Amino acid sequence: MSLSARLRLVRPAFRLTLDLDVAWGEVVALLGPNGAGKTTALRLLAGLTRLTEGEIVLDGAELRALPPENRPIGMVFQDYLLFPHLSALDNVAFGLRCQGAGKAAARRAAADWLARVGLAGHTGARPGQLSGGQAQRVALARALAIHPRLLLLDEPLAALDAHTRLEIRAHLRRHLDAFEGATVLVTHDPLDAMVLADRLIVIEAGAVVQAGTPAEVARRPRTDYVARLVGLNLYRGTAQGRAVEVDGVVFTVAEPLDGPAFVAFSPSAVALYRSRPDGTPRNVWEARIDGVERHGDNVRIHLEGPIAAVADITPAAVAELDLTPGTHVWASVKAAETHAYPA
Amino acid sequence: MSERASVPGRLPWVLVLPAVLGLVFLVLPLAGLLIRAPWSTLGRRLTEPQVLEALRLSLVTATLATAICLVLGVPLAWCLARLSFPGRRVVRALVTVPLVLPPVVGGVALLLALGRRGLVGQWLESTFGVTLPFTTAGVVVAEAFVAMPFLVISVEGALRAADPRFEEAAATLGASRWTIFRRVTLPLVAPGVVAGAVLCWARALGEFGATITFAGNFPGTTQTMPLAVYLALETEPEAAIVLSLVLLAVSVVILASLRDRWVTSP
Repeated sequence: MSLSARLRLVRPAFRLTLDLDVAWGEVVALLGPNGAGKTTALRLLAGLTRLTEGEIVLDGAELRALPPENRPIGMVFQDYLLFPHLSALDNVAFGLRCQGAGKAAARRAAADWLARVGLAGHTGARPGQLSGGQAQRVALARALAIHPRLLLLDEPLAALDAHTRLEIRAHLRRHLDAFEGATVLVTHDPLDAMVLADRLIVIEAGAVVQAGTPAEVARRPRTDYVARLVGLNLYRGTAQGRAVEVDGVVFTVAEPLDGPAFVAFSPSAVALYRSRPDGTPRNVWEARIDGVERHGDNVRIHLEGPIAAVADITPAAVAELDLTPGTHVWASVKAAETHAYPA
Repeated sequence: MSERASVPGRLPWVLVLPAVLGLVFLVLPLAGLLIRAPWSTLGRRLTEPQVLEALRLSLVTATLATAICLVLGVPLAWCLARLSFPGRRVVRALVTVPLVLPPVVGGVALLLALGRRGLVGQWLESTFGVTLPFTTAGVVVAEAFVAMPFLVISVEGALRAADPRFEEAAATLGASRWTIFRRVTLPLVAPGVVAGAVLCWARALGEFGATITFAGNFPGTTQTMPLAVYLALETEPEAAIVLSLVLLAVSVVILASLRDRWVTSP
């Protein structure tokens, strides 16, 4: 492991407990809602906020006692914080100058980095003259130019509009692939996390609630927050063999289990009927429609009942079944489309 | 006026009349100065050696005082804005004391501290052979004492308004505290420093009370423009008017140079 950190911070109204191991070349995303402590974790790693307790070991060296300027880090801030009085070139050269490079050498290296992020023609531009996407790339070049061993990215795409975001996300992915050090990325956007990170750590209220590869987390969410992020219905119940009971509704599942278990299924796996469907009494419950909204090409129906759920239905089905708020319906989900795992 | 007034109707004379009187009160003395100025002999009077000497002395001492205020005042403003230490509020209050203190009292206080028999003055004389009162250096000290608060307050305000996260970004790029101050903080607050320095310089240029008390009134060494104006008024009123015109011109130039920052309200 190249980075091994045990971060502990105690504040009057907030407590952060986070253990973090990141290998060389690995990108770990800290994912969580606002106020979860993601940015605080980055600030602790950078040395901008003091640890209450714990350690930060990078490549065998303890960083805890070092001030930010002596840590081998590069950081990209959410709003980039490019120095407004310096040109793009001098912004990138700033860190190299601080490391003792001569003015000419620093500027040559900075020009090289700007070319690498596709901004060779913008060396003389002031930050105020750059677009959001360009400023993001200058900020990335500025952080990478000093050859950090730990790269910290705070919501690197949050300030961009949807179109630029797509382009910069791909751009950032390429640079992260080429970066040899450890990367810790903070985001509240699941798509950014899935595309950019090798591993996700989900934190809520200052504590880790789930960790794993993007695929694992997306497939087996363990909290409502994660389930909402990845767009799944998630329930906690009790399993007995191939049946999981959740608040009076029994789900038949593919994997045999015993004890506390999660059941997850996609909104598109839910079918709605005006009368009780025939066949197995399992995987079926009676619900009341609480809300109807557009969702991409489909219609998303919010259901109330023994369990709250969302269902994605085609507009044709909505019209045919006359699904309006307040209507009572029967909901069912196929056993093959539910996914159960130990809680 | 009509397009700005929020409520249409008759002019509120109760407010407008005193406002006009107030304006006249402020402008009339300046008009008097311009009207009574001996324009025909102006050129000759301006080039009199006494006037030139006072002008030169004023410019040199005010500039030196501003330099001292910059060297000491900018770090002081930085400490007040960026460090948290016990008694910071008290320190800030102490810094602003010369603003409200009558300058003559400042001069007396300077004599007690830096005079020949003063607390520090005694030691300065016995150790370095330096005496400040009634010297050109004394003029600089008196002006700096009175003018420094203008600089400190202006710079501290600029520092508080500047986003400290730029300094954090610089730290993550490997910049030491000093490098951050020099290459990030100072350029960001440069407009505030310039405004503060100009105000400071203007205050030093017009300094009278503390200077005459602490440094005396010796032509060539401590007689600055305001002192020369006061002295000339007794003997040569025309000379006093000419000297006053020069100071007025300087004030107008300063006002013009700062109009965007200080004079125009949003």
